Amino acid sequence: MPGPELSSTVRLMLNGAPVELTVDNRTTLLDLLRDRLDHTGTKKGCDHGQCGACTVLVDGRRANSCLLLAVAVDGREVTTVEGLEDDEPHPMQAAFLAHDAFQCGYCTPGQICSAIGMLDELAEGWPSAVTTGPVQLDDAEIRERMSGNLCRCAAYPNIVAAIREVAGA
Amino acid sequence: MTRGWQTAPSVGHPLTRVEGLDKVTGRARYSGDVALPGLVHGWVVPATIPRGRVIGMDVAATLAMPGVLAVLHQHNAPRLTGIGEGTLELFQNDRVAHRGAPVALVIADTPERAREAAERTAVDYLPEPHDARFRADHPRLYQPEYVNPHHPAVTDKGDVEAALAGAAVVVDQEYRTPPQHNNPMEPHSSTAVWADGRLTVHGSTQHAYGMARTLTNLFGFAPGTVRVLCEHVGGGFGGKGTPRPDAVLAVMAATLVGRPVRVTFTRPQLWPLAGYRTPTVQRVRLGADADGRLVALEHRASSQTSRLLEFTEQSAVYSRAMYAADNLRTSHRVVALDIPTPRWMRAPGEAPGSFGLESAMDELAEACGVDPVELRLRNDATHDPADGRPFSSRRLAECLREGARRFGWAGRDPRPGVRRDGRWLRGTGMAGAHYPARTRPTVAHATALPDGRYVVRVGAADLGTGARTVLTQLAADALEVPVGAVRVEIGDSDFGLAMVAGGSMGTASWSWPVVTACRDLAHRLASGAPVPSDGLTSTFDSTDAVGALGDLARYAFGAHFAEVAVDVSSGEVRVPRLTGVYAVGKVVNPLTARSQLIGGMTMGLSCALLEESIMDSRFGDHVNHNLADYHVATNADVGELDVAFVDDPDDELNPSGVKGLGEIGIVGVPAAIANAFWHATGVRQRELPIGPARAITSGQ
Repeated sequence: MPGPELSSTVRLMLNGAPVELTVDNRTTLLDLLRDRLDHTGTKKGCDHGQCGACTVLVDGRRANSCLLLAVAVDGREVTTVEGLEDDEPHPMQAAFLAHDAFQCGYCTPGQICSAIGMLDELAEGWPSAVTTGPVQLDDAEIRERMSGNLCRCAAYPNIVAAIREVAGA
Repeated sequence: MTRGWQTAPSVGHPLTRVEGLDKVTGRARYSGDVALPGLVHGWVVPATIPRGRVIGMDVAATLAMPGVLAVLHQHNAPRLTGIGEGTLELFQNDRVAHRGAPVALVIADTPERAREAAERTAVDYLPEPHDARFRADHPRLYQPEYVNPHHPAVTDKGDVEAALAGAAVVVDQEYRTPPQHNNPMEPHSSTAVWADGRLTVHGSTQHAYGMARTLTNLFGFAPGTVRVLCEHVGGGFGGKGTPRPDAVLAVMAATLVGRPVRVTFTRPQLWPLAGYRTPTVQRVRLGADADGRLVALEHRASSQTSRLLEFTEQSAVYSRAMYAADNLRTSHRVVALDIPTPRWMRAPGEAPGSFGLESAMDELAEACGVDPVELRLRNDATHDPADGRPFSSRRLAECLREGARRFGWAGRDPRPGVRRDGRWLRGTGMAGAHYPARTRPTVAHATALPDGRYVVRVGAADLGTGARTVLTQLAADALEVPVGAVRVEIGDSDFGLAMVAGGSMGTASWSWPVVTACRDLAHRLASGAPVPSDGLTSTFDSTDAVGALGDLARYAFGAHFAEVAVDVSSGEVRVPRLTGVYAVGKVVNPLTARSQLIGGMTMGLSCALLEESIMDSRFGDHVNHNLADYHVATNADVGELDVAFVDDPDDELNPSGVKGLGEIGIVGVPAAIANAFWHATGVRQRELPIGPARAITSGQ
């Protein structure tokens, strides 16, 4: 660990549990999760905020954890894919499984966190680039709002079907 | 569970992925996720010149940086054995073969410290003049002896020139495809650890057995030293088919520092180190009678390779098996440049080659006034057009007819450029497709446990293909037990000889010994063989059985149909729908099979419209080496995808009757889209990708 001038103490709620540790100031939230806290469900695809594989929920909003320094989430609530299960899989996790909404699975934790955050944004009436009137859930809205999460295996139609099922429930 | 049928056979049913719950919950550990005590991190120092020598490096300054444990370079790296894999022979001399090649590896206690130290490591070079510009008239283009994987570079049947001279209709065009990068979502990562005299490598690989064999030969280890594990693989698309430098670097570093070492490439580092699809220039000449029946077909392809390895994309090989022509010539040329090494990317050869031939066939249909589907039916073959071998099965015609029916092709107005819908010009197009159906030797072990469950072990890899799931189904049916009674273990080189998860031959190859060993085990159990406490195991090696296969032409076939809309004001090209119909032998799992095929079709769409790696030949590397500047299809780029199968029974393949379907989904899709673009606009697109700039300026 670097000296005190290069490190900071960070306190956050991770999946409902308090975490406190000293981090190298250069550490991203993504690397904090993966390298320090062994929460490897969150994946690193590009480390540039371009692929969405590292998507987590910060205070309930979806965020690219590779673009957040760990020190920037001090005092905040972070939810990762590991925090979605509550005795049984989250409905979004179950729907992704049932609809084969993934192949290699590497983008999947990010897709699922993104989908959950996206549906909350939709419920709050946030418009998107394809919104033309009142915000309503349809396939075009799902595709547009999920296009920050790349899937090179291209399970896109199945991702849309999984999200549609959860949103319609 | 007791033996005997508890449920209906599993093969043919849409079982969800057996590892699916681990993947949706984040529990699945990929190679870069494996936690190890004492793990340290290696970071590449990449060459910043395209050609020359490393003449100095301030190693002492790097070693003095915080957390740095060691620096690997040409003067302290283990000596390697030359095995013809120049991309892996790292730090063996002072040469720089291309920009981005590793010249050192910095090993430090944290990734942040390794990265900073690597980026601050000062390297002195002696640059030399370089040549990184591929062009169709490059003076150093030559005809290699073989093209990937081991096809002759040239075939020549009949008299192409005479037939062309006498043909009623001739199409003679040049088609171009750009460099493309595989870009699996998981960057390559290797973690190496020595323990008790053995070296374990957790690798991002499509071939654990092959990686172990390559590392053993490269480092001169005693047989049995290396074990490679790849429990989960985050996509590969060919880019993880053979070991890449991350594996060699991790082994070198773990050996040097005596601790577990992880080397993970950044997304930009993948560009020069993990392979890509070469650019191609293809000339296709077709001669036909007035009814569109081919009398001559010539397909010539040129591509590039690096100074490290001769890799020749087999683009013209596509034309050897697709359409009947009495006079048929195919040939390849390649040029070695001071550039990163091109390798396999989904359907190497067939993907770019089908753009050439299937585009030219559309031009022939136009020239003859024959419907493009009918033109292909008229030119269907009864025997392999290049070598005369019979096909084990060939259901191209069925795919064409069923695709036309599903897509609603009948009654299509052939005139181009006449369907205007506001800003949009609309059109439809199609293409045929084939991909080789190969099977290779593999070993599998089936074990009955005393509690009534079964474990099957085979050195397969599941990079998202569904391999683990379909092998579970095939094993369960061979054992005549429910799938829940069978656990399939894969991704371990210790399981023995196994074929790579590549070339669409994974399931065909692995399933042969899996099914045979399971049947043998079921027979022994039914004969009353006792199950000892450590289980009763049957093992089968398919080497002899595969070697006894008859000499037939074995291919999967398909047909792709596309609807395209072109925005006349912006040049944006949309694909509202794609239909793919396939003859791929037995479909073990229609759920995962459909996923594989929509993935291939989408990558085809992506290559048609978006993907282009841009080489800056002044510096010798691709400049758009990230996912913001190199576009792959996103969710919003994809419209309606329709996938269907035609019955394709084939007893001349393997016991499971599978042909493989990982690659045929991409074959022909760019041509179908380009042909639909012509139908929409009246303008031919003979170069990919058809981005807005190319779409809006073409025909002017």
